[in-house]
Formats: sequence, structure tokens, C-alpha cells
Amino acid sequence: MEHANDITLTVNGTRVSRRVPARQHLVDFLRDELGLTGSHIGCEHGVCGACTVRVNGEIVRGCLMLAVQADGCTVDTIEGLSDAKELEALQKAFHERNALQCGFCTPGMLMAALDLTKKNTKVTREEIRAHISGNYCRCTGYQAIVDAIEEVVNGQG
Amino acid sequence: MKAPSFAYSKPQSLAEAFELAERPGAKVLAGGQSLIPSLNMRLSAPELLVDITGIGSLRGISVEQGVVRIGALTTHAQIERSAEIRKHAPLLAQAVTHIAHPAIRNRGTLGGSIALADPAAEYPACLVALKATIVVAGRDGERLVAADNFFKGLFEVDLRPGELVVAAEFPAILKEERSVFLELARRHGDYAIIGLAAHKGAETRFVYCGAGATPVFAKRASAAKDLDTGKKALEKDLNPPADLYNSSATKLHLAKVLLTRAWNTLTTSH
Ligand SMILES: Cc1cc2nc3c(=O)[nH]c(=O)nc-3n(C[C@H](O)[C@H](O)[C@H](O)COP(=O)(O)OP(=O)(O)OC[C@H]3O[C@@H](n4cnc5c(N)ncnc54)[C@H](O)[C@@H]3O)c2cc1C
Ligand code: FES
Ligand code: FES
Repeated sequence: MEHANDITLTVNGTRVSRRVPARQHLVDFLRDELGLTGSHIGCEHGVCGACTVRVNGEIVRGCLMLAVQADGCTVDTIEGLSDAKELEALQKAFHERNALQCGFCTPGMLMAALDLTKKNTKVTREEIRAHISGNYCRCTGYQAIVDAIEEVVNGQG
Repeated sequence: MKAPSFAYSKPQSLAEAFELAERPGAKVLAGGQSLIPSLNMRLSAPELLVDITGIGSLRGISVEQGVVRIGALTTHAQIERSAEIRKHAPLLAQAVTHIAHPAIRNRGTLGGSIALADPAAEYPACLVALKATIVVAGRDGERLVAADNFFKGLFEVDLRPGELVVAAEFPAILKEERSVFLELARRHGDYAIIGLAAHKGAETRFVYCGAGATPVFAKRASAAKDLDTGKKALEKDLNPPADLYNSSATKLHLAKVLLTRAWNTLTTSH
């Protein structure tokens, strides 16, 4: 038997109510139910970071949170933050510095990077690497990603 | 992979949680950072998840009369950000940065980590080093279990059906005491190859994670008067199981490396 629960949450500024299977994780809910396919699914066990979204202002693994646990929460995805221009500087830097190739990791990477800019302090490359240690990229070798994040977090020059 | 089907319930009180957690096929859900991966991989198939995150009394950090108390639902991120923890429990403040990655630390909890008792996890070793007490509770009331006795075997702890971890308590660090947490991992945030929680108070305790089925208190090395004796003694204290990448001998070698680093830190004055 499929158990279901009713939830109401705010996704990218819009209130949505749905009945969801208890076992559905948040990123499947966002992708399959709301059509927000910007958050990706890689491993589904918390290792790759492709599913990173923001819940109540904090980044979380979308595959390690159930949709029913997001009842009453505010969820922001790559789509919402792009539209709101919150990610503009990072997106520009990623583009200019070739910090993406296939782009599969990019939404999760941008969410993790944005989290770092919120701290409003200068960071070392080591700290950037530690902060994105939970986000796998199979293409770039990370160097360009660290460059892009460093440019935005620490400001140019 | 996707999780098998289960029911979900979110009690608002401890009494309600005890009743639900006792039901056959029930499993407690806290941060979900270990449980949900195991559901997604279908390593576990509970019938009912009892989400305890609505129970306010399980949250928070307090320091009273020299005792630090951390509620079970306190997240790794809250421990990491806490000025009280930095001041009164530097061992945990150092250890927490080694646990997983920011997005996981935002949801994973202290209680979940100690209830799970992964042999490579940081908190259990810290709690043994600090001679902590684990506060557990169930329908029949509260029990206090010394961390030394709580971690019984591989993923096995002293929790009876329907019981929850409520908090961990341990003495706040004194001025003359020192603590250090060190860890070697393949990649920042990965589970430890080997880690060491060291505390020097009235007694010195070197407690390893990733060195056995439970946190391993290296009793002989802890009693040693000098580093060389300590390193030799470690060979008797530890028999670390090999993992995918490291043999037992490598791990023992790395354990000595950590002992040397910790020894130097503990014996250097402020
Ligand atoms: C990629 C990745 C890397 C990780 N790396 C590390 C690491 O380096 N070090 C580390 O220590 N951890 C690591 N973790 C695990 C993480 O720290 C978890 O948060 C933690 O192990 C479990 O806490 P939780 O609150 O998420 O518990 P859950 O996943 O909700 O529960 C875990 C288990 O504990 C039980 N439980 C939870 N809370 C209670 C309670 N209060 N009373 C009784 N039973 C309870 C549950 O029933 C379940 O069996 C990692 C996780 C991931 C996904
Ligand atoms: S899909 Fe969530 S971490 Fe990989
Ligand atoms: S750009 Fe391909 S995985 Fe990162």
C-alpha cells in the first residue's frame, strides 16, 4: 500500500499544496510533481551533491529529505534563485571561467557556492574546496570552479 | 534507487513518540542523513517512520554548573556554529568539521549519529574521551548510560525498543585541561580512515574511531608516560580492521601518526 500525506510548502515564492507518497524524496517531488528539473539526481544517497536545494535558507541534500518533511517549509531551487538574480554573479563567473562542461553538477555546485557567498567573509581556496567537498564534478577537475567561486566570494582584484 | 513504501508520522510529544516507536516495524527518523540513504538503497525497509524532529525538548545546547548538555536533535551545523561548544567542548568543535559536508551537517543530528554508532563516526569517540553520559528515555522513564557502556558493538548500542536518545552530557573543559581531535580521511568530509579524540584532564584518554567495531579507548597508550612507550602500547591496544583501501598495518601506522600529533598538542602549554 502506498501511504500518502498532504503537504503545503512555498517553492520559489509560490505556495503549493499536494498529496505526496510518504517515501517520495524532495528532489523527486520538485522534478516530477512540479516540473523543476534543474535540481539533478545522481546517487540518491547523499554523496554527489547534484540534488542540493535550499530549505528554510539552508542548503540540504534533496535526496536525503522526504517531501513530507518539507511541509510548511520554504524551498528554493536553482530555477527560483536564477530568476531572482541571486545567482547572477556566480553564473557569470562560472561561464567566463569555464567552470562547467556537461553541466550536470552545476546547479548543485552553484547552490553550495552561493551558501559560501552568504557568509560575507573572504575565504581561502582550501576553504572553498572544503565547502564544495560534497559536490562531485566529473568533468572540470574543480580548478576552474574554485577560480570562479574565489572571484565572486573575494571580489575581483 | 527509490525507497520502499512506508507510512510516516510526526509526533509532537515524547510520550506520543515512545508509543509510535515501539510499534513493530517502526523506525525513528531524525536528520535522515544515514537512514534515508539506507532506505533509498533498500538496505532497510521499515513500515513506519517516526519523525521526531517536531519534539522541541530534544533540541538545544546548554551549559550549567560545569555540565554541557546537547539535545539529540541538535544538528552538526548548530554544534559547528555554537560559541558555547567552542568554549566548553573544543573537542566536539574540532570534530564536527570532519563530519560530512555542509548540506549534510545542516540536517544530521548528534542523537542520530550516536544511535547509529557508525564505527568511523566522530562523536562516539569524542563522547567516550570526555566520559560523557548518554541520556536515553522511553515509556518507563529516563536512563543514564555511560558512553563507555553505550557503544556495545558494530552499529549496536544500549537502546531498548521504543527508547530514544534524548541528550549527551559531559563536563565542560577546565582551564588546565586540553583536547584535540585529529582525523585522516581520503577526502574532506568522508568517513575517517582513522580518527583520534584525545582529552587530557585528571585522566588522559586517547579514543580512536575507525579502529574497531566501536570507539576504541586505547587504555595502555593513554596510561603511558612518554610518547615512545605510548606508540608501542598502541600495538596492544588496537587491532584495526582493514578497509577497502587500507590494511590493518597501515591503519595502525596512521594511528601512531595521530598519537604523535596529539601527544605534542596535549603536552604543549597554552
Ligand atoms: C555522504 C555522507 C557522508 C557522511 N559522513 C559522515 C562522517 O564523516 N562522520 C559521521 O559521523 N557521519 C557522517 N555521515 C552521517 C551523518 O552524520 C548523519 O547525520 C548521522 O550519522 C545520523 O544522524 P541523523 O540525524 O541524520 O539520523 P537518521 O539518519 O535520521 O537516523 C540514523 C539512525 O539513528 C536512529 N535515530 C536517530 N535519532 C535517534 C534518537 N534520538 N534516538 C534513537 N534513535 C535515533 C534512526 O532510527 C536510525 O536508525 C555522512 C552522511 C552522508 C550522507
Ligand atoms: S543525488 Fe543527492 S547527493 Fe547525489
Ligand atoms: S561539469 Fe560535468 S559533472 Fe561537473
